[in-house]
Amino acid sequence: MTDIHIDIKNKTYITADACQHTAIKDFKLSLTSNEFVCLVGPSGCGKTTLLNIIANLDSQYQGEISLAQQYTQPKIGYIFQNPRLLPWRTVRENIELALPVEQSSEIVDSLLDAMQLSNIQHVYPEHLSLGMSRRVSIIRAFAINPDVLLMDEPFVSLDAPTARQVRELLISLWQQRPHTILFVTHDLREAITLADRLVFLSPSPMTVISEIKVNIARENRDDELLIENFRQQLLTAHPEIKNLL
Amino acid sequence: MTFIMPIVPNKILAILSFSLLIVIWQGLAIFINDNTLPTPALVIQVFWQEIESGQLPHHLAITLRRLLISFSIAMLLGCAIGILLGRHKKLDAFFDNWLVIFLNIPALVTIILCYVWFGLIESAAILAVIINKLPNVIVTIREGSKALDKDLLDMARCYNFSKQKTFTHVIWPQLHPFVMAATRSGLALIWKIILVVELLGRSDGMGYQLHLFFQLFDVASILAYTIAFIAVIQAIELLILKPLDKRALRWRR
Repeated sequence: MTDIHIDIKNKTYITADACQHTAIKDFKLSLTSNEFVCLVGPSGCGKTTLLNIIANLDSQYQGEISLAQQYTQPKIGYIFQNPRLLPWRTVRENIELALPVEQSSEIVDSLLDAMQLSNIQHVYPEHLSLGMSRRVSIIRAFAINPDVLLMDEPFVSLDAPTARQVRELLISLWQQRPHTILFVTHDLREAITLADRLVFLSPSPMTVISEIKVNIARENRDDELLIENFRQQLLTAHPEIKNLL
Repeated sequence: MTFIMPIVPNKILAILSFSLLIVIWQGLAIFINDNTLPTPALVIQVFWQEIESGQLPHHLAITLRRLLISFSIAMLLGCAIGILLGRHKKLDAFFDNWLVIFLNIPALVTIILCYVWFGLIESAAILAVIINKLPNVIVTIREGSKALDKDLLDMARCYNFSKQKTFTHVIWPQLHPFVMAATRSGLALIWKIILVVELLGRSDGMGYQLHLFFQLFDVASILAYTIAFIAVIQAIELLILKPLDKRALRWRR
C-alpha cells in the first residue's frame, strides 16, 4: 500500500548572483506504509530540501506530496542536521515541549534512559557536546510517536559505538511501533544496515538513479561481513552509484 | 594608583569612587561659597525635610505613576508593532518612513502639540510621553524580530507548537535582550520627557516642583529632588531589571 507519494515537478531557488538554480526536477518517490527508506546521495544534492518539503517547512515548489487517508494530520518527527534545541530550555524541557501537554512523561524517562542521558536531563544544551545534543534531538523526534520520521544524517557526529547503539535503538523502537522512515545519509554501510530500500540520488537537479531493496533479514543486520558483502555486490552490479559516494 | 587596583574588590572601588565625587562636590561648594552650589550636607538636610513634609513622596509618586502608565503602554504597543514589522517585510517597508519621521520629531514639539490639541490634561501628558517613546521601542524590537532564528521557528512548526507555545518558548527568549535594551533606554528617556511634560502643563509631579524651585533659585531643593530621582532609577535597575536579566539568562554558560 502506498503511504506517501512524493511528486515534485520543479523546485528552484534564486542564488546570490540572481541566477535561478533548479534543485529538484521531476522527482517521484513512493513510500510504503512503515517502510524504512534510506536516501543516499552526495552532499548538496537537495536531500535536505526534499525533507523540508515533506515536513511542510518549504512550500515554494511545484508538485505535490500526497499522504494516505489515515493521516489527515500526520505527526512528523524531524531530526535535523543540526540538533535545533532551544538553548534556554533544559534537555528535558526541550523534549517535553514537542509533546502534547496531556502526554505522560514516562516516554521521556524511558527514552532518556535508553539514550543514557537521564543524568543530564536538567542541563542546558550549551553544556552538551554535539553528540549529546544530537541524541536529545533524536529523543525529541521519537517521543512524539511520529507517523513519519524524517532523519537528516542524524548519526554524523556520533562516535562509532554510540552511533551503533542509537541505530539499534532506532530499529527496536521502529519495530515496536512501526512508522515510515526517510533517512538521509551518505554512508552506504549505515544505509544497508538500516534500510528496507535504498534510493540513490544524483545531484543538480536531484533525480533518482536507482532503487535497491535490501534483502538481508533484520536479525542478520548486525553481521558486518554480510553487510560488507552486500555493499561489494551492490557496487559491482550498479557501477553508476560509485560516483555518488 | 593602577598597581593597587587589581587587589581592591569592585564594591570597595565603587564606594571609593562615590566618595571621591562627594569630596569634589564638597570642595567646590566650599570654594564657591554661594547658594547656587550648596554642600552635600545641606542637600541631604533639604532632602529629609522634603520627605518629612510629604512633598517629595507626593510628587515623586505622581511622576512615577505617569512613568508606569506611559512606559507600560509604550512597551506593550511597541513590542506588538515591532514584532509585526519584523515579521512582515511589506508592512515594514510601508511604515519605515513613518518611523523615521516620528523618531526625529523633537520631544518638545510632540508635548506642545498634544497640549494644544487635547488641552492641559493628564491624558494629553501621558500621550505625549508615549508618542515620544513608542518609535524607539518599535525600532529596537523590530530588529530583534528580524534576527529570530529561522531554524528554531521551523523546528517549532514541524513539532506543531501552538502559537502561544512558539511565542513563549521560541520567540520571547530571543527577543529578551532587545526588550531589556528598550526598557533601559526607555526608562532613561521617559524620565526626562515626563519632567518636561510636567513642567509645561501639569500642576503636580517632579517636573512641576523643579520648575517652582527654578523660579525661586532654590538649588538645594533641585539637587535633593535629583537625588530622589537617581535613587528610584537605581532601585528599579537593581531590584527589577537585574534580577529579570539574571533569570532570563541563566541558561548561558
